[in-house]
Amino acid sequence: MAKRIDVENLSIFYGSFKAVEDVSMTIEPRSVTAFIGSSGCGKSTVLRTLNRMHEVVPGGRVEGKVLLDGTDLYGSSVDPVGVRRTVGMVFQRPNPFPTMTIYENVAAGLRLNGVKNKKRLDETVERSLRGANLWNEVKDRLDKPGAGLSGGQQQRLCIARAIAVEPQVLLMDEPCSALDPISTLAVEDLITELKPKYTIVIVTHNMQQAARVSDRTAFFNLSAQGKPGNLIEIDDTTKIFNNPTEKATEDYISGRFG
Amino acid sequence: MSHTATATTAANDPDSSGARHRDPLFTTASGGRKTKDLIAKVVMWAAFLLALSPLVWILWQVISFGGQNLMQSEWWTHSMRGITTRREGGGAYHAIMGTLLQGLVTGLISVPIGVFTAIYLVEYGRGRLARAVSFMVDILTGVPSIVAALFIYALWVTTFGWNRVGVAVSLSLVLLMIPTIVRSTEEMLKLVPNELREASLALGVPKWKTIASVVLPTAFSGIVTGVLLGLARVMGETAPLLILGPYTKNINFDLFSGNMATLPTMINDERQYLALPAAHDRVWAAALTLILLILLLNLAGRLIGRAGAVKA
Repeated sequence: MAKRIDVENLSIFYGSFKAVEDVSMTIEPRSVTAFIGSSGCGKSTVLRTLNRMHEVVPGGRVEGKVLLDGTDLYGSSVDPVGVRRTVGMVFQRPNPFPTMTIYENVAAGLRLNGVKNKKRLDETVERSLRGANLWNEVKDRLDKPGAGLSGGQQQRLCIARAIAVEPQVLLMDEPCSALDPISTLAVEDLITELKPKYTIVIVTHNMQQAARVSDRTAFFNLSAQGKPGNLIEIDDTTKIFNNPTEKATEDYISGRFG
Repeated sequence: MSHTATATTAANDPDSSGARHRDPLFTTASGGRKTKDLIAKVVMWAAFLLALSPLVWILWQVISFGGQNLMQSEWWTHSMRGITTRREGGGAYHAIMGTLLQGLVTGLISVPIGVFTAIYLVEYGRGRLARAVSFMVDILTGVPSIVAALFIYALWVTTFGWNRVGVAVSLSLVLLMIPTIVRSTEEMLKLVPNELREASLALGVPKWKTIASVVLPTAFSGIVTGVLLGLARVMGETAPLLILGPYTKNINFDLFSGNMATLPTMINDERQYLALPAAHDRVWAAALTLILLILLLNLAGRLIGRAGAVKA
C-alpha cells in the first residue's frame, strides 16, 4: 500500500524565483523521513511538490521529476487532483472545516468526491478516528463542530481526515509547531503507529522530534540569502545526528548556526 | 492647575531633595494637553449630536405624521383605488407589493451575477481580465442611479419600443445592485482562510467542488448579509422608478405589463397634494412604511449574519 518516492533533479520556482535547486533523493515506503533545515531553505516547498500542492500558489512551477513507484507525478497525463488523493497532507496549523461537524470533517474527503453510502462513511469515520487516536475522545460528540476541539485534537482530526481517503503517502508540514508538548507527544506516537502502513514525510524545526520519530533525515540549507535552497544530505537519522558526512549538517545539528 | 502644583511640591519634597536632586518618576499631564483633550471631546460630541439631529428629526417627523395611518389595517390591505386625494383612508398595499416584487426580481437577477463575479475575482481571476473586471465593477459602483435608469430607458423604451413596466425598473436596479454584491461577497470570500482551501485541495477535492462545498458555506452568512443590505439600499432608490415605473393607484402584480406602484412613487404622487391633510398624512405614512421595510431587511441581514456565523 505504501509507495516509494524518487525525486530526480527537482528544481522549484515561484514565478522567476528559483526557491529550490536540483534536489534528488529517495524516500522509502513504510518509513518516516524528516526534512530539517533553517527557515526559508525550501523544506516545505519540496514537501508541497510531492502532492502537487506547490502549483496552487500563483506562479508556482517545477522542473525535474517526482516518481511515485515509478510514475512521474508531473507527467503530462497526470491529474493533480488524483495525485492529491494518493498523497495526503497535514498542515502546520490545524485547519478543520469550520462549517462541518467532527463526523463531516473526517468524511469530507469521501463525501466531496461523491461517496454517499452511509455505512461506508460510518465505517471510514470510525476507522480513521481510531487510526488517529481520537475515537475515544470524540465518539460521543461526532455531531459537534470540529473547530470546538482543542488544538491537539484538531490536529489529530486533520490527520484522521487525511487518512480517511486512504492515501499511500502522508506528508506533514510541521504538524506539531502549533501544539503543546502533550499534544505533540500524542501526534508523534500516532506517526509511529501509522508508519507500517504509509510512507510518511515530515517537515520539522524541532531536531529532537526528527531524531525521535524519523528513520531517515534530509538536511536542507541555503548557501546565501536570495539563493535557492539545496539538499545537503539525506541519510539514516542516527547517522545524520551522530556522524554526518557534511560539515554544514554537523554545524546545524550541533547548533553552531541556524 | 492644582495637579501641576502638587507635582512641584513633590519635586521639592524634603526626602527627595537630599544630596542629589531627583526628578519624580511620573509627572501629571500638562495643562496644555488637558485643554486640548477637552476641546477635542467637545468637538467630537458636538459633531456627533449634529450628525444625529437630522436623523432624529426625520424619524420624529415621519412617525408623528405618518404613524396614525399605519395603525389602521386598511393601510396594509387596501390600495388607493377609488380614493380621491381629498378623502381619508386608502392604503399602501399596492405600493408595498410593488416595491417587494421589484426588489425580489432585482435580487434574483443580481445575486447570481454578483456572487459569480466575486467568485471569479477571488478564486480564479489573475492578470489583465481580472483587473479589467474589477475596474468595471468600480465604475459601475460610481454610476448615478438616474444614469442607470436612463440607460435602461434608452434600451427598453427607445430601442425596443416596449412599455415602461416593473421589470424595466428591476433591470435598472440590477445595475445598481451588482457592484455592491460583488464587493461585499468579495470581502467575505477573502476572509475565508487559505488553509481551508488547501486542506480541501489536499484531500483530492477538485477546485470547483472546494469552492462550492468549503469556501461558499464558510462565507455564506456574510454573503447573505451583504445581499440583504444591498437589497435594502436599492429598494429605496427613486430615480429609476420616476423614469421607468409610472405610478398607479391600483394593485398590479404583473411585472411585464401595466403600471406598477411602489412606495417611492406613491410618496411622489401624494406629494402633489400636500396641502390636503389626507394626502399629507399618506405621504408620511408611505415614507414610514418604506423606512420600516428597509429596517426589517437590515435586521434580517444582521440576524442571519449572526446566526450563521461560523462557530469556533
